[in-house]
Amino acid sequence: MISVLVDILSWTSFIVGGFFLFVGSLGMVRLVDFWARLHAASIIDSAGVGLILLGMMLQGGVSLVTAKLALIVLFLFITGPTASHAVANAAFMSGSRPHDMVEDVTATVPPKPNKGKPNKGKPKKAKAASSAKSSNTAKASKTIRKKT
Amino acid sequence: MFSFISLLIFLCMAILMVRLFAGPTLYDRVLALNTFGSCTVLLIGTVGFLAGRPDFLDIALLYALINFVGTIAVLKFFRYRRLGDAVEDADSIMAPEPEEPAK
Repeated sequence: MISVLVDILSWTSFIVGGFFLFVGSLGMVRLVDFWARLHAASIIDSAGVGLILLGMMLQGGVSLVTAKLALIVLFLFITGPTASHAVANAAFMSGSRPHDMVEDVTATVPPKPNKGKPNKGKPKKAKAASSAKSSNTAKASKTIRKKT
Repeated sequence: MFSFISLLIFLCMAILMVRLFAGPTLYDRVLALNTFGSCTVLLIGTVGFLAGRPDFLDIALLYALINFVGTIAVLKFFRYRRLGDAVEDADSIMAPEPEEPAK
């Protein structure tokens, strides 16, 4: 009874893990650039390897084999993301960028120096708006539009 | 069961070989090599179960560690063009571009 249950569980994890392995390896071939392929590689490194080793642990039972498999899972889960990060960092430092990346220009350009007088333009605009309200003519509203 | 999963791992490794040989940049190849090593760890484990000798898992554990160290070593070699010995002008390589002094 229990052995059948363990078999079903390990078959399930083998099949799901094999699915992730297959999808990840297809993604390694099909995806467009290096930065997209990182996703496929991390699918294989985490989901595929983890589930297949889980199935092997279920087959191993409570023994030294399971302990060794647990050690392999531990090491792979520490070293896999570290190696992926190292590869991505090396690629980034070499100047590679995603092919459709939009650079945030406002983040890189430093703000213009205000010479210690922040919000210099705002009070004038407020004055103009108040004067337009008081005069209430079409000309004044047009000038305000130009200003803003 | 183990024959099925080892055949599937073989299939995935064969697909990964395409990226390993056709990768346009170095980093594609290093990434595919790292993933290929993970698949090799799985294959060693399943073949050990298939042969009825789970002692193969020691080899799989060793392979996982060597795979990681090898990936880092390849990346380090292609960045500094040398391994192990001290870099004489480490500052010129490591330091970022000097920024404009803020006025």
